[in-house]
Amino acid sequence: MTTLLDVSAVTVRFGGVTAVNGVSFSLNKGELLGFIGPNGAGKTTMMRAITGVVTPTEGEIRLLGKILTKLPVHQRVRLGLGFSQQLVKPFRNMTVLENVALAAGSRHTASPFSALFRMKRQREKEQAAQLLAQVGIADAAEADPSNLPLGYLKRLEVARALALKPSLLLLDEPLAGLNHAEAHKLADMIVALNQAGQSIILIEHNLGEVMRICSRLIVQDNGNKIGEGDPEAVMNTSVVRAAYLGEGNGHAAA
Amino acid sequence: MLGLGAYEISVITAMGVAVIFALSLNLITGFCGQISLGHAAFYGIGAYTSALLTKAGLPIGVGLLGAVILAGLVGIIVGFASLRVRHDFLAITTMGVGFLFVGITRQLDFVGGEMGVSGIPDSGLSKAGFMLFVLLFVALTILFSLHLKRSWMGYSFDAIASDEDTARVIGLDVSRYKLAAFAMGTALAGLAGALYAHNVRFIDPESFGFVESITVLAMVVIGGIGSVPGVIFAAALLSILPLWIQFFDEYKLLLYGGLLFAMMRFSPGGMAGLARRIFPSKTRGVKS
Repeated sequence: MTTLLDVSAVTVRFGGVTAVNGVSFSLNKGELLGFIGPNGAGKTTMMRAITGVVTPTEGEIRLLGKILTKLPVHQRVRLGLGFSQQLVKPFRNMTVLENVALAAGSRHTASPFSALFRMKRQREKEQAAQLLAQVGIADAAEADPSNLPLGYLKRLEVARALALKPSLLLLDEPLAGLNHAEAHKLADMIVALNQAGQSIILIEHNLGEVMRICSRLIVQDNGNKIGEGDPEAVMNTSVVRAAYLGEGNGHAAA
Repeated sequence: MLGLGAYEISVITAMGVAVIFALSLNLITGFCGQISLGHAAFYGIGAYTSALLTKAGLPIGVGLLGAVILAGLVGIIVGFASLRVRHDFLAITTMGVGFLFVGITRQLDFVGGEMGVSGIPDSGLSKAGFMLFVLLFVALTILFSLHLKRSWMGYSFDAIASDEDTARVIGLDVSRYKLAAFAMGTALAGLAGALYAHNVRFIDPESFGFVESITVLAMVVIGGIGSVPGVIFAAALLSILPLWIQFFDEYKLLLYGGLLFAMMRFSPGGMAGLARRIFPSKTRGVKS
């Protein structure tokens, strides 16, 4: 199997605080990897190091062999990284469909100059409509995102990321804030995407859904990786149980 | 000619220059969402450049071209300096650029210092001919604005104006787009400034001060940020109001200030937003 993403010994420090401490992991093509950890574990910081919002103090991140560590966000996206953000951020001055169509036309927007001479949007709108149907919000295509409930916006984030045809899709807490039924539905959709060949890293709080859909788990606590492997097995190790149950390291509750 | 008196011709010419100037700021503030409180500096750079080039004996075409290029170049430099600042900090930075321009032109002897530049050559055309010349540029500016808005560049500008960080998430090189907006908007302001200089034939630093920057921003805001027809209408109206009604000239700032306040309070979308509310074209919401 080909390694898609390779994170090696990444450390992120903010002043005196170490948010991520020498974490390494990798992702193979076609995998659906769950990245979990209790509150304050540094999951989002790890995600941000991959997307380029924060720069690691040490370590290296490679996507398909290319070093991402020093690149700005938009260049990482152009190398094949697509991500949905934890806090939904639709472009509020366009419709839901236009939000996705702009991402679908990313090859037209690589340079401002060529973008100035490109007018047609029809094909991208058709692609966007398909993606909206795929994530189940086709009914909101012409809606103003400001008027939509969170469940729709979460899926808009996913559709917009998919429109970039990323080789790796990073989903940062896509289920947060959704009710049980909505979360279940979105999780099923993530599985369907993965089965269609999409490589995905799912950063989540919702343990139930993560355990249900992910084939492999990485658990991080206090900035350290404390577990990796088969979901059932990882969750049964004493270190992980201790981290989740809030007890002293190594003294797991039986 | 055209059945217009000399007064109407001068009013229409002034209106045309104001429309180009307002549309130039609309590219930066309206389309790309980057506020500027110092746009008159680029208008001034264009005016001074063309005035000095033509006074040195070069043809007006060279003057206009020089104005566009120099204003655009300085615009790119200011754009670079502004890339790291946003919103209120960008407002303060650009305001500083506006004051800097006035401060520098006042001190430089070769641009006339406090006295300004007088005896600027006219276009060589008749008054009516120059009016048509200006209107030709107005038409080109309008066509360019409309084209830009419908292109993928305009589409990307919409995204950047809405949320820069998310624009990066879909792969947009936000810095390059902003620089492009600054370059185009300031170059066009330079053109407007050059046309202004050849129309009034006398310029001094005070013609391009903070009041001018606020006036042009008022045109964009009152017209409706980003709306081409709205900005054209507001620029045309606000540029002739003080000419039409002498009373307004003395109270120009009061009028613009009052209009800005009223627009922000009652119709943040400007006149274009007001028109859309009166004549709604389609309703938006989840179709059931």
